[in-house]
Amino acid sequence: MSNFWTSLRGKHAADRERGSEGMENPGYCSGSFDGLHHPSDDDDDEMVDIAGATLDFSSTDDVPPLSSGVYEEHNGTSRTAGMNGSGPSRLVDPLEDPLPGVGTYEDFNTIDWVREKSKDRDRHREITNKSRQSTVALLHSISDAFSGWLLMLLVGLMSGALAGGIDISAHWMTDVKGGLCLRGFWFNHEHCCWLSNETTFQERDRCPQWQSWAELITGKSEGPFAYIVNYLMYIFWALMFSFLAVILVRAFAPYACGSGIPEIKTILSGFIIRGYLGKWTLIIKTITLVLAVSSGLSLGKEGPLVHVACCCANILCHLFTKYRKNEAKRREVLSAAAAVGVSVAFGAPIGGVLFSLEEVSYYFPLKTLWRSFFAALVAAFTLRSINPFGNSRLVLFYVEFHTPWHLVELAPFILLGIFGGLWGALFIKANIAWCRLRKTTCLGHYPVIEVLVVAALTALLSYPNSYTRMSGSELISELFNDCSLLDSSQLCGYKQPANTSDTGVDNSLADRPAGPGLYTALWQLALALVFKMMITVITFGMKVPSGLFIPSMAVGAIAGRLLGVGMEQLAYYNHDAVIFKGWCSQGADCITPGLYAMVGAAACLGGVTRMTVSLVVIMFELTGGLEYIVPLMAATMTSKWVADAFGREGIYEAHIRLNGYPFLEPKEEFEHSSLAVDVMRPRRMDPTLAVLTQEGMTVGEVESLVESTHFSGFPVVVSSESQRLVGFVLRRDLLISIDNARKRQDGIVSASQVVFTEHTPPLPPDAPPPLRLRCIMDLSPFTVTDHTPMDITVDIFRKLGLRQCLVTHNGRLLGIITKKDILKHMAQMANRDPDSILFN
Amino acid sequence: MLWVLMLHSLSIRGHYTSSLLATLIETAQTQQSNSEDIRCKCICPPYREVEGQIYKQNVSLKDCNCLHVVDPMPVDGKDVEAYCLRCECKYEERSSGTIKFTIIMYLSILGLLLLYMVYLTLLEPMLKRRLFGHSQLIQSDDDVGDQQPFANAHNVLSRSHSRSNVLNKVEHAQQRWRRQVQEQRKSVFDRHVVLS
Repeated sequence: MSNFWTSLRGKHAADRERGSEGMENPGYCSGSFDGLHHPSDDDDDEMVDIAGATLDFSSTDDVPPLSSGVYEEHNGTSRTAGMNGSGPSRLVDPLEDPLPGVGTYEDFNTIDWVREKSKDRDRHREITNKSRQSTVALLHSISDAFSGWLLMLLVGLMSGALAGGIDISAHWMTDVKGGLCLRGFWFNHEHCCWLSNETTFQERDRCPQWQSWAELITGKSEGPFAYIVNYLMYIFWALMFSFLAVILVRAFAPYACGSGIPEIKTILSGFIIRGYLGKWTLIIKTITLVLAVSSGLSLGKEGPLVHVACCCANILCHLFTKYRKNEAKRREVLSAAAAVGVSVAFGAPIGGVLFSLEEVSYYFPLKTLWRSFFAALVAAFTLRSINPFGNSRLVLFYVEFHTPWHLVELAPFILLGIFGGLWGALFIKANIAWCRLRKTTCLGHYPVIEVLVVAALTALLSYPNSYTRMSGSELISELFNDCSLLDSSQLCGYKQPANTSDTGVDNSLADRPAGPGLYTALWQLALALVFKMMITVITFGMKVPSGLFIPSMAVGAIAGRLLGVGMEQLAYYNHDAVIFKGWCSQGADCITPGLYAMVGAAACLGGVTRMTVSLVVIMFELTGGLEYIVPLMAATMTSKWVADAFGREGIYEAHIRLNGYPFLEPKEEFEHSSLAVDVMRPRRMDPTLAVLTQEGMTVGEVESLVESTHFSGFPVVVSSESQRLVGFVLRRDLLISIDNARKRQDGIVSASQVVFTEHTPPLPPDAPPPLRLRCIMDLSPFTVTDHTPMDITVDIFRKLGLRQCLVTHNGRLLGIITKKDILKHMAQMANRDPDSILFN
Repeated sequence: MLWVLMLHSLSIRGHYTSSLLATLIETAQTQQSNSEDIRCKCICPPYREVEGQIYKQNVSLKDCNCLHVVDPMPVDGKDVEAYCLRCECKYEERSSGTIKFTIIMYLSILGLLLLYMVYLTLLEPMLKRRLFGHSQLIQSDDDVGDQQPFANAHNVLSRSHSRSNVLNKVEHAQQRWRRQVQEQRKSVFDRHVVLS
């Protein structure tokens, strides 16, 4: 903790030096907050760009500026508006506009939802009031109301197009590891043989236009030498792609690594990570995601696609003032973008909306639900019109079968659920342990080498086994497939009944004994299962874009398929056993191994992420079979129960906790009987709370108070004796205002009084003019009494999205509780290290 | 097709450019319709002694059935119906233009990024060294307190040259971006405070 702060401090010192160079550049800095440099203020520069469009003040907008109650109202028409009220000090105050920078947040801080929402309500009210006055204003209000939907449309179009590009490129690059198309290097294997009639029933993807590397280099396509050449080329490309991915991430956008969902969850709950959703992150994540997926590493593109969609949304938010200037409004858009991400990743629009609702979003009003729905629809439509797979489907592993299932089969489905839960719990434990190792030991100092070693290992081990050699989604698609007559894969290597009837329409695919092909496939699959389980643990969390959905689904699908084939053979050899009697008689097609694979995939994904409703809907949208909802539900629920027995948190929450993000889990219950007074600061031994008085303090005193502490806000009281509460001022706003006043306002010196009251108190005639700061004060801070139980306080924090809350005793100010205090307290109660909570 | 004709009528009036445009559009359109972007793929499973076979034909959606696509028919007259019953025919479309565009676009962006990266890491420090000598280099490295190759070389460049305002802005933006990336790199790769 202290380590973190000191390093942060050091960084600011460096920033300050560089910042002063920036000031030599008047053309750039005029009117920009860039020029202000406070002794202890953070990252001014960094805040201006990428995510910090909130700070893009160089342009003057004609729309009403951030007119919340916190700031002075402008036209005086709605002076009473705003829950915080506002002082009638307009005429005295020389500061015409709200200062640039006031009302914004520092990097790695939490926003105040209440403040942001009231800001937006005031803005909206003002627009409505104005719209009655003139046509232009009316048009403006209409366009303002419409902008949300327009933004959703743009987000959908952009993410859909990007996802299509990613799909096409990833498919092609995956195939490039094996060979090249002579008809045009841009075709992947399937499209290379698009119209070729040389393909055979057994080898469907072989045509002379597609040349493997061995054929290109040595001219031979068979034999051990060709195999070795292909093997080496495969490893070479895998290493090459993963190296490019990690080096690009490192050079241009370190935030582009990882899955992104834990961070997006935290951001949606109100945290600020500047640059996390910026343009460079978008570019690099898109480019490197393709590289990472096609390098054959055990990772998927679904989580990163959510990140990509959120980046699109954040960038497009810059086009609309409404969203650019309000962090809470922007988070509504980001929630919808998360839905878009899943919608394009799985071709499951409804599943995406539910995913956003269940898994990532923190604040999800109905309006956001409808907008997500619309955006997901647009995105799915865009992706469909790009048609990235050439099969008019949105995913590679779309399945279509409608064989019914029997009630008895629920038992194996529940077994799969138990397997999924166990695997999920185990995976989370192992992955978190590995990530902690990476975070704390010297392993973390060699990210590039780590990626290369894992990629080499993956390529080396996966090439010999055809089920690991193919990409994750192809593997899943193969496993989901049921063995109809049209299939010739090894998995369908059943023995054909000897006496095929002459009618030609016999249903010979039902009820067959396994043949040698299937046995080979089974042990290969078993090896693939072990391999995937191991390698996924160390792959997830590496410094390349890496999603978790595909690998965990693959693990589940393999396990499910194995169980399914087992069940099928069991039924074949024991038609007369009690359990099969009646529904699985001789010659009936009663067990579909593909369905087991699907259920297994859902169970494993459910165990890892603890999704339930959204997962079932995603799977159901993938398959289009309504009749499989019950098996999927049973497996998912079982898997959640089993996994929850081992640990309450899913992989994303576990990663949030590992990183110490300030995330107040909405699902977690607070069960302890502590009171607000136990959690608040200052503690009994600490010095008293640092407060400002509403009058009587000079600028110099305020500055020294601010500098001697590191709190991010200060309560304002009537006087230090009475300690009666007036309001709350944020450190950042205070510093910006004082600094600005010193520069621009005449006569403000260290001896000037700082006044928070409505009316300036009488001053001695020779005193310098006072500095009026009522406009930056929050006049309605939330308060609880010292005996409020903590569970209620936690609820208030969660539901309102508070950042801090003041504690009073008999009406006198006693202390303050911040979100961080609550998180630390909860960590302490759960016997964890409270210092693991790093951020405010 | 109507608007192509319209363009044609324009070209008759002697507008050379529009005629060229029309020809271009026309060729693009004929390519579109004649190209290999549609197929009908029939998969026929083994039937008696006939091996399983895959047939692909460049036919339109309404002709996409076994009778049109399977050619030559491997079985004789009376078995055709039985054989075709088991075949599955699927009509598929793709857009090879989109594929080509996407892949080439992707590769060029990747190439540009790599070039830029090479420039930033290798060429620029060399350039800087040649331009400003050794002493300033050390000084600017001290500023950052870090031996990253991405250190603010542009800083030095922009300080010594007086350029136009726009260029200065670009310089400044780039410099700020680099600083951000450096911060991000420190927090992700070195200190492991976020994203680990």
